[in-house]
Amino acid sequence: MSVDTATVRHIAKLARVAVSDGEVEALVPELNNILNWIEQLQEVDVTGVEPMTAVIPNILRLREDKVTDGGKRDDVLKNAPAAEHGFFAVPKVIE
Amino acid sequence: MTKLTDLGVAAIRDGFRAGEFSAREVAEAFNEAVTNAKALNAFVIETPDHALAAAEKADADRVAGILKPLSGVPLGIKDLFATKGYQTTAGSLMLEGFEPAYESTVSGNLFDAGAGMLGKLNMDQFAMGSSNETSAYGNVISPWRRKDGGNVALTPGGSSGGSAAAVAARIAPGVTGTDTGGSIRQPAAFVGITGVKPTYGRCSRWGMVAFASSLDQAGPMARDVRDCAIMLEAMASFDAKDSTSLNLPVPQWEAGLSGDIRGKRIGIPKEYRIDGVPAEIDTIWEQGIAWMKDAGAEIVEVSLPHTKYALPAYYIIAPAEASSNLARYDGVRYGKRVSPENGSLDDMYNATRAAGFGAEVKRRIMIGTYVLSAGFYDAYFNQAQKVRALIARDFDRVWESCDFILTPTAPSAAFGLGEKSDDPIAMYLNDVFAVPASLAGLPAMSVPAGLNAEGLPLGLQIVGKALDEQGVMNMGLAFEERADFVARPEAWW
Repeated sequence: MSVDTATVRHIAKLARVAVSDGEVEALVPELNNILNWIEQLQEVDVTGVEPMTAVIPNILRLREDKVTDGGKRDDVLKNAPAAEHGFFAVPKVIE
Repeated sequence: MTKLTDLGVAAIRDGFRAGEFSAREVAEAFNEAVTNAKALNAFVIETPDHALAAAEKADADRVAGILKPLSGVPLGIKDLFATKGYQTTAGSLMLEGFEPAYESTVSGNLFDAGAGMLGKLNMDQFAMGSSNETSAYGNVISPWRRKDGGNVALTPGGSSGGSAAAVAARIAPGVTGTDTGGSIRQPAAFVGITGVKPTYGRCSRWGMVAFASSLDQAGPMARDVRDCAIMLEAMASFDAKDSTSLNLPVPQWEAGLSGDIRGKRIGIPKEYRIDGVPAEIDTIWEQGIAWMKDAGAEIVEVSLPHTKYALPAYYIIAPAEASSNLARYDGVRYGKRVSPENGSLDDMYNATRAAGFGAEVKRRIMIGTYVLSAGFYDAYFNQAQKVRALIARDFDRVWESCDFILTPTAPSAAFGLGEKSDDPIAMYLNDVFAVPASLAGLPAMSVPAGLNAEGLPLGLQIVGKALDEQGVMNMGLAFEERADFVARPEAWW
């Protein structure tokens, strides 16, 4: 499988990364090189093999459904690029 | 008298306990060494105040009869660990200026054990790289140079490149590293130090900036096996805040150290003899095998048939997880924000991520997004996870005939900065021997074995069964006793 400029633009859109025309041109061969190289996985016979989900057998724990932390609004907002009135601020989304 | 900066973790701890020097003297000596080694660019920020505060506490504690496991020992912390009140960048512009309001479990464990922090160690951006060249804060320069007099700047390896350089240059007695696909072991090998990646789940991932969550694991890097055992014992813990943390007691690895490995079976996997690897790697491997025989171990030829597929599987799984993990950098809650004038929320996301991420990070996010996208998920991601299961099964089967595996850590000695940065796949091949143990979650370490003809360190890797860090480190100790690696880089910085 290989990607073309349209696919690269689509992936960049999905990944929310702005790319210039020049970057798209450069990414097409770069990504295709990597994709061609990982293509060799297709030759492995995986009949009857379940995809791995955990490297070490481990039971996902459930914790008690109660509040254990919180009340840290100022800590949470401390590193926000824009915070107003105790909230994260973003560009206007509703007209 | 020996310089304090010539001492490792155990020697500092013991000398401090014996009253040979104060913790403050140690912290001051290392703080000065760090300041004088700026040419290495090993640290993103220096934190001498943290090291001094911990030292003063340790000195006061000692008077009161309180001695913690790492009292008096200053350490370097990789910049992937969130450190409360100290900038944590993961080597990226995306997190420039980010000062966490909390402490990662691993760094918190070390500080609770009495250690202080010398600074935050430079690294490949978001731990994506094998040469430290993807850092937004400049390349780390290896303290080692080829003995040809050319003074070519060499890589310390990556992604824990600052960590490796700091220990090799004697500006930190021990450091934290993290290993997703070899990021502790390959740099350790490149600079002639010891590095341990424990079993997945031994060290909490909480507060460690996420790259590929099913692979990321913290571990110690230090001058020798004992120092690593001491540090790992302090770093590891069960942590309810990490859903994959192992709820097991932390063994007393230091107390359990023994170089007596008589009767242990060491597997030599034939698939690790690959084309294009320089002869010096085979030579040092043969030497390592001879040392293990000398230690009374039994050498057995073994087969790990899916080895060649480990690296391509890794380069699907790790970018897939990264593309998901790094979705959090949206310019809203922390980190960088770039807002085009009159732009929408989407424009802000796109511009922020374009400006904050480096080229290799974007490349991996793009690959990850592609292999997870509709129509390709089965062909790529699921196939890779199935191959991963086969790689783990290879190891399970091999443990029927041996207790450990001995291989080279990396397919070459350290290379020059810039030599491989134009070819992603050539760079990825650095981790060809390290990645299989990562995919299977197994404990693995790199121990220095010797120098090549150019005078550069080479390391060998020991891989063990899940949870058998003790066995791996004992094997490492037996190895260390025979390799007697005392070479160190001559200070030029």
